[in-house]
Amino acid sequence: MKSILSFFSIPVLALSLGACSTGPQPQQQAADYPEPVFTAKRLLPPEKDDLDDLTAVYDPWEGMNKRIYNFNYHFDQAVFLPVVRGYEAVVPAVGRQGIDNFFNNFVDLLTIMNSALQLRGEKFVQSTGRVLINTTVGLFGLIDVASAMDIPRPVESFGDTMGHWGVGQGPYLVIPFLGPSNLRDGLGLIPDAYVQASVKSAVLSKPLDLTTTVLFPIDTRANTSFRYYENGSAFEYQMVRWLYSTKRKLDVKQ
Amino acid sequence: MTIKKTTQHLIAGLCALLCTSLAYSAVKTVENYGYPITDRFAATVVGTPEEYRAKLPKSIPFKTRGITIFPERVTPDVFFYGHELLYSVALQDHEAPLIFLIAGTGASHNGAKNTNMAKAFYQAGFHIVSISSPTYNNFVIAASKTGVVGHAEKDAEDIYRVFEKIWDELKGEVTATSFNVTGYSLGAFNAAFVSKLDEERNSFNFERVLLINPPVSLYNSISLLDRMTQDIPGGINNFDRFVDRLMRAYTTTYQSTSYKDTAAAGGDDFLYQTYKALQLKDEELAALIGTSFRVSSASLVFTSDVMADYGYIKPKGLVLNRYSNLRIYNDVSLRLGFTDYYHEFFYPYYKAEYPNISRDKYIASMSLTSIADYLKSAKKIKMMGNADDVILEPGEINFFPEVFGDRATIYPHGGHCGNMNYTDNVAHMVAVFTDGGH
Repeated sequence: MKSILSFFSIPVLALSLGACSTGPQPQQQAADYPEPVFTAKRLLPPEKDDLDDLTAVYDPWEGMNKRIYNFNYHFDQAVFLPVVRGYEAVVPAVGRQGIDNFFNNFVDLLTIMNSALQLRGEKFVQSTGRVLINTTVGLFGLIDVASAMDIPRPVESFGDTMGHWGVGQGPYLVIPFLGPSNLRDGLGLIPDAYVQASVKSAVLSKPLDLTTTVLFPIDTRANTSFRYYENGSAFEYQMVRWLYSTKRKLDVKQ
Repeated sequence: MTIKKTTQHLIAGLCALLCTSLAYSAVKTVENYGYPITDRFAATVVGTPEEYRAKLPKSIPFKTRGITIFPERVTPDVFFYGHELLYSVALQDHEAPLIFLIAGTGASHNGAKNTNMAKAFYQAGFHIVSISSPTYNNFVIAASKTGVVGHAEKDAEDIYRVFEKIWDELKGEVTATSFNVTGYSLGAFNAAFVSKLDEERNSFNFERVLLINPPVSLYNSISLLDRMTQDIPGGINNFDRFVDRLMRAYTTTYQSTSYKDTAAAGGDDFLYQTYKALQLKDEELAALIGTSFRVSSASLVFTSDVMADYGYIKPKGLVLNRYSNLRIYNDVSLRLGFTDYYHEFFYPYYKAEYPNISRDKYIASMSLTSIADYLKSAKKIKMMGNADDVILEPGEINFFPEVFGDRATIYPHGGHCGNMNYTDNVAHMVAVFTDGGH
């Protein structure tokens, strides 16, 4: 319980601070801006009076989100990526793979729960099989025996579960440290993290539990190829927002 | 009315067929070629399926570095992240020949194509220095002198300056026994002009140069690409519906894969599986290609406009910052094509510098044709291309054998850069630099 609180206290704090200082001010800036010189009107077919937003995503908290996005970039550059580079220099590839497998085993645990909540038998059986095999034959999850046996690896979060039962994504939300999300998925992190932390503290010794709490974000970052402001688009914020929302739509349908 | 229309279509279709078959029959292509995708649009979109790809090392020490090209430049706050030019290197631990790689339109120094080329050349014993395309957002911000890119000679000067500055930093670290340059697509076009510039400047005295799938005339190629976005059913204003439909189709394939891992879902093979499952029509594939280029050009046009403060999309003098809402600029620039940029921004911008040059002459100067004499005489330059390249007008492919003679290698199919990872192509690429390729 404690670890989950510490895991969330900083983001939640930052979120609430962000919300106080900027508040949801939808599209306030856009209205103040003069029209582009190459006016949108020139590009419009005669029967329409405004340009469609080609990559529209509901983002009433854009002002706050952009600031968090920016914070994440700086945190990434100053702390996260240097730590990941250190981790990669110190821990050999085999070790990193083992650590990644270990954490994936806990993620699979969440998939069992969420598949059950979605009443999806096949995914439930697959993820249950994975956890059983990897925890035993795979030495507490360090070796991914299940993938070697070609057992598919579905991933279902509580956000997916809510989506499955018809909850929409809600406003786009950039979470401090974690990055792009939406209100639904962001809230979904809480039960997921709670369950994961409870299981971890129940099965792991205290020092090991602490070590893994520190290692988890490092492992996650090391296995995420995304780099802020390196995708080449002058419109990265919009592009990432659109890609993320589209991907989540597909995930829920899957 | 309907009959008339059908006849028109029929005639247009026949003409196109005739033109293309004439164009293809005229050019001598590589025989017994095993690249599997014979549809030019599909090849361009799908690339090379896994089992046909060259065997390359899984990873090489390909590291990103940053360099300041214009220390005195004040980078606009909206592009605060772009002050340094990022590039990649893979260095041998002994003296070796060095290859500069130039990425294609809108592509980065560590994009998939440059990374694959880097692996192939590094494995063959070369030092690698890889840079983004001059049309890439970061390059425009950090390394373009004017900010208005797409100019054959000025882009070459920008690239040459970048090469010189990078080598200045590297020369204490490694020894290069020779300098070479290659690039694909627009990067190949750039490489030709960089090679020409090197004949005057002599900083590198390039030993070998390889152009992979270059355009002949920039204007013709951008016109073709702009026309492809018109294949979006209902035009760009129906872009969202088009994407929605594709997404739904894409989901069908996506649903059959068991991983949500984006890396697995974004790879060449996933695309190939999707393509096989969906049976997309050529117009739809063309629309996809056009859309992908449109996303690049939108970013390029806006970046150039901000950097030059020309007042094309963004009002002149308006200062945007990192938190500014860019929605309206994104929406406008996505609706502008390369050709709009060319006529309404690029040409008027440079017109000030060359007041006597006509639009047509200007278009003609942005082509390999304009330096054909140099290309004919420079035996160090080789090219490889595809007879069915989608960015070439019918007949344009003939330019290469005419100018390069047997220094040109033309594959019968592969679309635009679709076959770059194919075993034979990679082997040929490497051979050009190791034993001359013929």
